[in-house]
Amino acid sequence: MKILVCISNVPDTTTKITFTNDNTEFNTAGVQYIVNPYDEIALARAIELTEGGKGTVTVINVGEAATDPTIRKALAIGADDAVRVNAAPRDAYFVAKQIAEYAKDKDFNIILTGRESIDYNGNQVAAMIGEFLDIPSISIIKKLDVDGDSATVEREIEGGKEVVTVSGKFVASCAEGVAEPKIPNMRGIMSARTKPLNVVEAVDIEAVTKVTKFETPAPRGTVKLISADQPEQLISLLHSEAKVI
Amino acid sequence: MSVLVYVEQAEGKFKKSVFEAVSYAKAIADQKSTNLTAISIGDVAEAELKELGKYGAAKVLNVSTDQLKTFVNQAYASVIAAAAEKEGADVVVLSNSFSGKGLAPRIAVKLKAGLADGAVELPSTDGKFSVKKTAFSGKAFAITELTSAIKVIALNPNAFGVKENATDASIENFAADVKQSDLGTVIKDIVRATDKVSLPDAELVVSAGRGLKGPENWGMIEELAGLLGAATACSKPVSDADWRPHSEHVGQTGIAISPNLYIAIGISGAIQHLAGVSSSKVIVVINKDPEAPFFKVADYGIVGDAFEVVPKLIEALKAHKG
Repeated sequence: MKILVCISNVPDTTTKITFTNDNTEFNTAGVQYIVNPYDEIALARAIELTEGGKGTVTVINVGEAATDPTIRKALAIGADDAVRVNAAPRDAYFVAKQIAEYAKDKDFNIILTGRESIDYNGNQVAAMIGEFLDIPSISIIKKLDVDGDSATVEREIEGGKEVVTVSGKFVASCAEGVAEPKIPNMRGIMSARTKPLNVVEAVDIEAVTKVTKFETPAPRGTVKLISADQPEQLISLLHSEAKVI
Repeated sequence: MSVLVYVEQAEGKFKKSVFEAVSYAKAIADQKSTNLTAISIGDVAEAELKELGKYGAAKVLNVSTDQLKTFVNQAYASVIAAAAEKEGADVVVLSNSFSGKGLAPRIAVKLKAGLADGAVELPSTDGKFSVKKTAFSGKAFAITELTSAIKVIALNPNAFGVKENATDASIENFAADVKQSDLGTVIKDIVRATDKVSLPDAELVVSAGRGLKGPENWGMIEELAGLLGAATACSKPVSDADWRPHSEHVGQTGIAISPNLYIAIGISGAIQHLAGVSSSKVIVVINKDPEAPFFKVADYGIVGDAFEVVPKLIEALKAHKG
């Protein structure tokens, strides 16, 4: 079984998000980059499914050389090899097309992504790869079991879940529950240095979206404190002032 | 040129988030001085389809092919894209629901369209087609220009609101060709927790954290949520400890929500948690630590022990409801 896991290079979850150049660019000064946390879940499940000689895990990232440390982290966690498509990611359409172009003649049984990247919060790449390759895609799965050529997944839906089976090749985006993220051990970190990280050139394709400006949420006014002895005041404020109940 | 909205049914009914998507799509159609068409897939009674007219859909395409009674991502995307082509739609709107998130990217690729998911406002009309969408897990918004001829937008729940716009909707059957290769996934089972309000599109949410000390203490949280008609949620440590299911975890690595009211009980307000809830319209924080960072982003706060405050709140709410 060959599994391809798509990883995104994103700011650490504790990053204070600020912008520069008249709010048109994300301020990368001092920002630590990590493997997108949801992609780590996908990677962990891919490793579980292929352990003990049952298959191989390749990670792929669309990025410039600066993302290599993040790719090495994924190798340290346990991926067998890595591919970097050498281009700055322009939008989800661009990234998905690059990955689909790489994967189309490589015979991967399963392609996994995280449910979304924590920077642009799209949940686009998995389903777009599915469409480019004309194979099924299942978004936001909570469980993934593979049995030979078919797989059973649980997909989140509003107020419940769907149990879905799929045969043949497919793409899925993974959420919590699929696996526990793995922490790299020393052996993993050492071996990651020598695992293959192949750089391939990007195909020429236009992006179809462009972020022109960022905004930060309007600051809230100062908190209105209510005495712990008079919670009925809170109820009346929520009713008559905030008008939410 | 027209606007197409996909109206997702659940067990033959449309939810509020669907009427919201129709209201939003109608507003875009008005911006462009064109008509709004809705497309429904699955078994929905005519009376329910007619409801869509209330929010501005002039025409409803009804797809009730046997093969498409239950959700098949790939096939549904093909049908919606085919409808967009037939209608000459240059804007396609969906709810940014779990199914919408799976459909929108495929539709976008089929139509070579730019996709804005997590949209929170109407597109700008200053020449560029730009949509404000959530980014950095609620810590920011990205104004995203869609540079393609056709545009796809997935609207966040509770971002626009339901707006009535009475129209008499005509209903047409839409015959969809379904390719066998589009039917690669099969639903084996659907499990619904029917007695609970669904968290992603809930208007009111009661959430609790480690301050509750253990899963056995969630009774009062559920009672408070029940009285309010609210969904329940929790912080990451709580779902990590299996006190509550992962599906209740809100925050940066859980789900991001934007209810009208978010009540956080015994949650300190780590930056990752705030990211997922900061677009709530009103935030109430109940915490015994007056220094808890959550108070800095709250509208209303009570400094006090949850085990004393919540029961009193429940009594006060019962009195309020009479």
